[in-house]
Amino acid sequence: MTAPAPLADGERPPAAGALDVERLRASFPILAREVHGHRLVYLDNAASAQRPEVVIDAVNDCYRTYYANAHRGVHALSELSTDAYEAARGKVARFIGAPDSHEVVFTRGTTESLNLVAQSYGRPHLAPGDEVLLTEMEHHSNIVPWQLVCEQTGARVRAAPITDDGELDLEAFAGMLNECTRVVALTHVSNALGTVNDIPAVVELTRAHSDAVVVVDGAQAVPHMTVDVASLGCDFYAFSGHKMYGPGSIGVLWGRRELLAAMPPYHGGGAMITRVTFERSEYAAPPQRFEAGTPAIAPAIGLGVAVEFLESVGLDRIERHEQELLSHTVEVLNDLPWVRVLGQGAEAGSPRAAVVSLVIDGAHPHDVATILDEQGVAIRAGHHCAQPLMERLGVPATVRASFGLYNTHEEVDLLVSSLHEVRRIFG
Amino acid sequence: MSDLRDLYQQVILDHYRAPRNFGALEPVCASAEGYNPLCGDQVKVYLRTDGDVVDAVTFEGVGCAISTASASLMTEAVRGLERPQAEALIASFLKLMTGDGNGAAGVDLGKLEVLSGVKDYPVRIKCATLAWHALRAALEGGDSERVSTE
Repeated sequence: MTAPAPLADGERPPAAGALDVERLRASFPILAREVHGHRLVYLDNAASAQRPEVVIDAVNDCYRTYYANAHRGVHALSELSTDAYEAARGKVARFIGAPDSHEVVFTRGTTESLNLVAQSYGRPHLAPGDEVLLTEMEHHSNIVPWQLVCEQTGARVRAAPITDDGELDLEAFAGMLNECTRVVALTHVSNALGTVNDIPAVVELTRAHSDAVVVVDGAQAVPHMTVDVASLGCDFYAFSGHKMYGPGSIGVLWGRRELLAAMPPYHGGGAMITRVTFERSEYAAPPQRFEAGTPAIAPAIGLGVAVEFLESVGLDRIERHEQELLSHTVEVLNDLPWVRVLGQGAEAGSPRAAVVSLVIDGAHPHDVATILDEQGVAIRAGHHCAQPLMERLGVPATVRASFGLYNTHEEVDLLVSSLHEVRRIFG
Repeated sequence: MSDLRDLYQQVILDHYRAPRNFGALEPVCASAEGYNPLCGDQVKVYLRTDGDVVDAVTFEGVGCAISTASASLMTEAVRGLERPQAEALIASFLKLMTGDGNGAAGVDLGKLEVLSGVKDYPVRIKCATLAWHALRAALEGGDSERVSTE
């Protein structure tokens, strides 16, 4: 680390072991750009984060120097690509505490991972009368795949309620578990509210009251906190590369080895078989069984580098930094009577990840987003692909600011001052 | 990029805060829903015609300032028009929004010109055109039409 710069007036001194945010920012080229004549303030990390130079370079380097198809040829480049691709799998396995890298399946993203579980695990295990238990805070990608498989099998989707503070009602959740529950699928961190669900508690209740597997949508958790699938105790864990500073079009499904081994393929094609005749095909063992066709080789390699980047920065330090940004934001916003912060009530007991959803009196979130954008502040406005949650909260849409490791307290202040501009126009 | 004051003109803010002709219409001849899947905004437009003349248009739904003001201004602008005039006004307004000239020749957009600032904000054009697509569907189709901006 370089020596810290002298503090400006009012600046908070970095705590011991704190992030050197300015230095980190310099490794994200896009953060230097301007938007509408203002320096970019990127607060849409829950939608997609930006990439550090090391990730961009790794993808570039793959295409420039050693790219070929993986698992195919005996030539030198194919071997280099295969090794790099499989090494990335190993890095991801270590990163999430998977006991075996064969449990890590590369997919296109969280959405494909969840569809894979719904079709390859859900479809053979669900029958009429069976239940898939979700929560009211799920992203559409953890609702629609289950609706599709329920239409195919005659099972039904149920949703465990959340409290007014935006937390899963664990008592009600437990009451909805029964011998018909085959799958519990829930998010680790709410993409709209930031609520961190207590996965070990959910797993314990599920095991006590049903034979269901627990499927966790980890898209919003992996960039913000240490995730260890072994200690979470769940059966499947899905996440995306692009939200954790990695490339797009790459994601991960982790599943318990014995579950994956018993599952039929999701897609059919090359690379997922051991032998094909017109009578029948024999499928390869996981993870290849679930990776039909040419995989996203360079993105997977880039994801491996993103994992190393996160490890080198330190998830515990990232979490601490983002928690400071979050409490700073909530504190300032709570002082503004025309702003209502959703799901961060004083009664809230669960931790929150780096997401703030808010509504402003008399100003629709889309108008807020346009006004903020004019000042270079990128946030998300809308239903955040969580329409049932919006309905539960009684709002058509929210303004969502979501933080990443490179955001600063100064940017929080710029967000707040641009909200004052909204108030000036709409007040 | 334009100034925000060009986008959020006083007339627009006024129609957003106090939308005209807001609510269901009874009796009604036709209605159509507009839906913007990008943001989830929905608007329902009700139409009553008297012969060939647009007797009344109302709307309901939840939307941003641009979509609400555009719907509100639309209900005032089309009232009393004959069907072909109403269709020409819709075509002209949609042209204004897509930046395809200043509307069709011979059609005076009048007060609707306050929405011309929207064309400088491409992602917001669908907000402004949502109710207009629904009105066009209601004029063409009768009851329970549903149009999408996608």
